[in-house]
Amino acid sequence: MSDREKISTRSLLGSLALIGVVVTGSAGAFAYTAGWFSPDRLTPTKLVGSLAPPGGAVLGYRRNHAKGICFTGIFEANGNGTELSQAQVFASGRYPVIGRFNLATPNPFATDDTVRVRGLGLQISTPDRGVWRSAMIDAPVFAVSSPEDFYALQRAGSSKDPDAMKSFAAAHPEFAGFAHWAGTAPWTGSYAEEPYNGLNAFLFTNADGTQHAVRWLLQPQAQVMPISKAEFAKLGGPNYLDQEIIDRVSRGPQRWTMVVTVANPGDPTSDPTKPWPADRRSVEVGTLVVQKIEAEADGPCRDITFDPTILPKGISVSDDQFPAARSAAYAKSYDARIAEAKSYPHTLAAGDNQ
Amino acid sequence: MSESGKRFTILQRALHWLMAICIIAMLFIGVGMVSTVAPRYVALVATHKTLGILILALALIRLGVRLRYGAPALPADLPVPMKLAAHLSHYALYGLMIGMPLIGWAMMSTAAYPIVLYGDIRLPPILPQSDTLHAILWDAHFYLAFAFFVLILGHLAAALFHALIRRDGVFRSMSPTP
Repeated sequence: MSDREKISTRSLLGSLALIGVVVTGSAGAFAYTAGWFSPDRLTPTKLVGSLAPPGGAVLGYRRNHAKGICFTGIFEANGNGTELSQAQVFASGRYPVIGRFNLATPNPFATDDTVRVRGLGLQISTPDRGVWRSAMIDAPVFAVSSPEDFYALQRAGSSKDPDAMKSFAAAHPEFAGFAHWAGTAPWTGSYAEEPYNGLNAFLFTNADGTQHAVRWLLQPQAQVMPISKAEFAKLGGPNYLDQEIIDRVSRGPQRWTMVVTVANPGDPTSDPTKPWPADRRSVEVGTLVVQKIEAEADGPCRDITFDPTILPKGISVSDDQFPAARSAAYAKSYDARIAEAKSYPHTLAAGDNQ
Repeated sequence: MSESGKRFTILQRALHWLMAICIIAMLFIGVGMVSTVAPRYVALVATHKTLGILILALALIRLGVRLRYGAPALPADLPVPMKLAAHLSHYALYGLMIGMPLIGWAMMSTAAYPIVLYGDIRLPPILPQSDTLHAILWDAHFYLAFAFFVLILGHLAAALFHALIRRDGVFRSMSPTP
């Protein structure tokens, strides 16, 4: 029983045109969503690209904080954090850690005294499959207050215009706090003597459902010996920090106290250039114990990202824009460097491997 | 009506249109999330993973339903190349509906990312950590996503061709209307 009607040429052309419009429109909407018509959109590709040194990204390595060394250890939670967050990581106990000491440079071969900012990437795993990753730095405030400004800062830093950085600083007064730290704070001769600040604000949710905005930091338990940059440069070779931390940890585990600072209502949570007043409540929630150092090439920190949005239940992102942008950028960097793994061989030549 | 006048069962039609919405949303979320650093990135990624697993579950149910209930025959007068295209594209669509979520899940596993869905559902890895596998799976997930979208555009064009030009009942056999 075919009830097909003959269709007129006119109706045929109309139908074909309609099909064409629907298909083209769908493809156009897809391309628009992908950003193909939005050259000004800040994409992970642009953000990561802005970090590349003049010669281009070093294949196989992280696109920023490219120089680093792995560690493993444990996080000893003292139980104090459970009033703030239901994450199992705060329940009294010992949880395995993978981490990475690093220098904030896109060049994995940079000499240590040329890099001002030092960082620590941390992953703590708990039996409930909770994973908490964080990447912290030794600066007490961040340089910029939004991912767009971070991009602008990278552009200024790599600009041929000699006044680009001055113009950036003038247009971004919030940069002054970081610039002051970078220009005046003493250096140290060890990764173990650095504090590592989370800087971004996150939300902690406790078992009652109560939420608090917090920031965290790792306070070194090692004695801190402040030195000048010139003194640091005289300490040793281009990879002094790696050798120093290998030696130090081989003599005994190194410890940091994890301190969680709780915001008062109204404290700025969206802007990591703005420190919270010093009188804010802080809670010591546990101790990071670094027990073993491993070269990155074959180490456990190599093939993971310290993506700050990888969080256990009980910790979530706040209105701070950076964790999302960092997550997107770290994924981009990861996907690129993992596909280039042959440029950074897994097994170093005998004698190079620590 | 099609030659036989038969339609897909109501369960098949419901699954088809529900999955159509999910898969199209999935593809748009996918290209949207990889091109932004905005705060919505976090929610888009979580939605992408959750929806991916939902699509995988629905696709497996749908495959079972299809094997159980079959499909109405294509019109006898449909040209052979069109019949062939119809059959092959449906194998490809089923392959992608099941394969893409598995590739995504495997890709996250090889990168040692925890796989966290809405409701703090945490899935186990389905492959060990591996940079070699990750690079292959990432490429596969990326390029197959565009292939999937092109296939869906072709599917849409063919559906409209049946509905508006051939008027042969093929569209009606899967139409959302009663």
